[in-house]
Order: sequence, then C-alpha cells, then structure tokens
Amino acid sequence: MLVQRAADIPSSEITPERIYQNRREFIKAASAFLLPTVAALQSRSGPYDTNEKITPYEDSTTYNNYYEFGTDRSDPSKNSVNFRVKPWTVSVEGLVKKPATYDLGDLIKGLALEDRVYRMRCVERWSMVVPWRGFPLANLVKRLEPAPSARYVEFKTIVARDQMPGQRSSFVGGGLNWPYTEGLRMDEAMHPLTLIATGMYGKSLPNQNGAPMRLVVPWKYGFKGIKAIVAIRFVEQQPVSSWMESWPQAYGFYANVNPSVDHPRWSQAREQRIGETRNIFSGSGIRSTLMFNGYADQVAHLYAGMDLRKNY
Amino acid sequence: MPEWTFVRITEGEPHFDYHKTFKPIVFITCLVPMSLLAWATVSGRLSANPLEDIRDTTGLWTLRFLILTLSITPLRRLTSWHALIRFRRMLGLFAFFHAVLHFVTYVWLDQFFAFSEMVADLTKRRFIMAGYASLVLLIPLAVTSTKKWIGRLGGKRWQLLHRLVYVSAAAGVIHYFWRVKLNVDRPVLYGLVLTLLLALRFRRKRRMDQTNEV
Repeated sequence: MLVQRAADIPSSEITPERIYQNRREFIKAASAFLLPTVAALQSRSGPYDTNEKITPYEDSTTYNNYYEFGTDRSDPSKNSVNFRVKPWTVSVEGLVKKPATYDLGDLIKGLALEDRVYRMRCVERWSMVVPWRGFPLANLVKRLEPAPSARYVEFKTIVARDQMPGQRSSFVGGGLNWPYTEGLRMDEAMHPLTLIATGMYGKSLPNQNGAPMRLVVPWKYGFKGIKAIVAIRFVEQQPVSSWMESWPQAYGFYANVNPSVDHPRWSQAREQRIGETRNIFSGSGIRSTLMFNGYADQVAHLYAGMDLRKNY
Repeated sequence: MPEWTFVRITEGEPHFDYHKTFKPIVFITCLVPMSLLAWATVSGRLSANPLEDIRDTTGLWTLRFLILTLSITPLRRLTSWHALIRFRRMLGLFAFFHAVLHFVTYVWLDQFFAFSEMVADLTKRRFIMAGYASLVLLIPLAVTSTKKWIGRLGGKRWQLLHRLVYVSAAAGVIHYFWRVKLNVDRPVLYGLVLTLLLALRFRRKRRMDQTNEV
C-alpha cells in the first residue's frame, strides 16, 4: 500500500518574509481595526476611566431607577419605548448671561464628546461600571456664562404625563413630586469628572438611561444623575432636590457616596456589583463601597472641613 | 320532607371529602411561586440583581401566605364551608416556609454571613427588628402545629398560643412598611387587608360576648 506524504506547504500559504519581520506591527494594526467598541473603549482608558469590568449592556439598560416610568427596576426599559426625544428643547434660566430656550442640538453644538468609564453607585446598595459618552458639564456652563452670584445649578426633568406613567399615578411613580429636580454646587458642576451624557457604550443614550441628555456625577449616589433634562437654572440658594423634599432624613443635597454614613434603612458599607452577581450563592458580587465611590483623590478637597454626617 | 333527602341521610351515602381530594392540589399550588422563582434563578431569567428578586419575592409570599392563613376563618364563617379549616395548618406552615427562605436569603445572599454586620443591622434598624419578631413568633406555631401538640397543650391553650400569628403578621407588614425606600402604597394595602381580617374576628368575638351576657 502506498502511503503518500502530504504535499509540501503550497507557496501561497507561506508568509512573505517582509511581513513576517513586521509581524508585531501587523497584529497591532489588525487588532486596532477589529476590536469591538467596548474593548476599544477600555483600551484607550484616560485619566478618569476605571479599568474595572464594564457592566453588560443588557444589565445596564434593563435595570434602572427612573420613577417617571415606574418604580420597578425593570419598568423604565418597558415603559419608555415610545418616549419622544426629538425635538428636544432645554431652557436655560436664572443668573446667566443669555436666559433662553435652546434646541438641544444648538445648545451642545461643537462640544467635544468624550468616552468615560465610570463606576455608578446607587443609594440602594448596587453598583455598575458604565462607559458614558458625553462632555464635561463645565464646558457647557462656561459657554452659558453664569453670573458670579450663581452658586448652584439646578436641573429639571421633563414633565410629560402622557408619556410617563409614573407622573400620572403616584402608585406607579413612587410618590415623588414632579418635575424631578436635582442640583449641584457650582464647584461640583465645574469639576472635570462631572459629565453631561448623551450616549453610552459608544451609542446614543437609550430612553431608559435618560435620553436625550442626563447628568453623571460618579462620586455621588445615582439619583443625583438627573435624566431627560429640560431646564438648567443658575441660582444663588441651594436647590431642593426631589428626594430631599420627599424624605429629608434619608436623602440630602450632597448625596456623596460614603460607606460610613448609613441610609436610615440600610448600611452603605457594601454594594452588589450588577452583572457579577450571577453566581449569587458565592457572594462574589459583594464588594466594599469606597469613599466618594473611589474618586476621593479627585473630589475630597471639595468638602474639606465639612461634616459629612450632617451634609449627607 | 322530600324522599330523596331522607334516603340520602338515612342510607349514609358517603359525603365528598374535600380535604382528602384537594390536599395534594393545594399543596402543589402552594409550591408554584417558589418553583417559578427557582426555575428563574437556575435558568438566569431573574433581573440584573437576582439577590433583590429572591429577597423581595420570598418576603412578599410570606406575607401573602400569612394573609391567606388568616382569611380561612372569616371565609369559613361567611360561606359556611367548614372543610376550609382543614387547609389552615398547611397554609400556615407554608407562610413559615417562605419566612425561613426569606431569612436564609438575608443571611446568605444579602449579607453573605457577615455576622457583625447583621448584629449591627438588628440593633440599628427597626425594620430588621420587626422582621425578626415576625419570624421568631412563627417558630413555636410551626413546632406546635401537629395534632399531638394540640393534645399536649389542650385546645384552649393551643388556641391562645396560636393567636401569636396575629402579632407575627402585623410585625411582617410593619417590616415591609418600614423597609420601602419611599412609597408605602403597597405595604399599606397589605396592612388594610390584615386589619380587615383581624377586625372581622374581633367584631364576632364582641358579638358573642354580648350574647353570652344576655
């Protein structure tokens, strides 16, 4: 029986020596071209990015607190499908050079978008890692030229009772007063970490995550990140946020993430990392909560000399 | 008297035994919520925060079973369907079963056996205290739920002991009321149903006391 040897490697399969010599460059070029968006986002991490594992898109878009669409974490993704984000206008009010109502596109035209991978810690003891796309709020504030007397910025969410079931019924909407209102001290607003997001995961912002435009303040509890913003007001007095108004003993103006200041109902010392709790029986998703959500180096100086137990 | 009634009574035609027929059906029905939860857990159909789903589901079903248990007596009086009483123990034990699952969820999944944290929780937070009270009060009731124990304690004392279920259910609803982040609509709804069920009992008791005096 004739046992035939396989033919020699055809010459077409042989890598030319020139490419072989440059193989490292070749791999670099190919991977830069082929890597999926999320991995790319992580690989270009900037000074403000965390390199922790990004929460799966499916989790961060189906597990949301957005009481206008219902109090259950699964409600916003179901009830916001037909929410209209175009056309969208934003009213700029108060102590500012040109108070006016802007079309969203005009308001943010020319502001350079950046990708930022931030930790997000909810007051309910869970957390995520989200790659936001947006611009520093400071860039918008500078453009609007607030008066020197403006010490705070106040934000309001849209009131759209026909589109937001939570605004029609307190049983659905959890009994908050509308419009949802939030605020920042001017130095917090101007901090380079503070972002206005118009997208996430390299795409435009889903409705349930606050489209078309939301606030992201990574060292504060998630409820400070007001969604679907329609009004920005520069004021002298500290604004009253919706959660402060509804339960002042539990929710303060600052709402800085702080493991040593408990919520009246639960300890804030630890958190569940969403997406890592799939194996719930091993306790693997439970981690210690960090002061200022791990951004203490960047923001602790803003609160020097303040009693954070009182200014919670 | 029509003849067929007479015949039926005298000839002792065996009457339909509801308890025997329905017991397995009721038992299996009571297992449905936890079976669905278990299936959702293993098949990965829970939300992005499975701990929360399990914690809230077991807690809510504890309250629901307590309310079901407490509605047996008023329902029996209202409908004169006395066979119902024979399902009460099973429903009560199911309430206890869900309460234990809820507690295990807290200790294991929520706190992951961080005992110092749990002690702090118990001393600092009144909703945790109410939850413990509700669970602990159910333990003697579950233990003495057998016929043997009724005999051992005597009907009167046994009944007195088992009135603790009113306190346990109230503590459970208060636990829920104190736990929610803001909106108390749902706990209030449970509270109203419980109040109604207890009020029906006390009204009847007062009426009976008045009749006895006359």
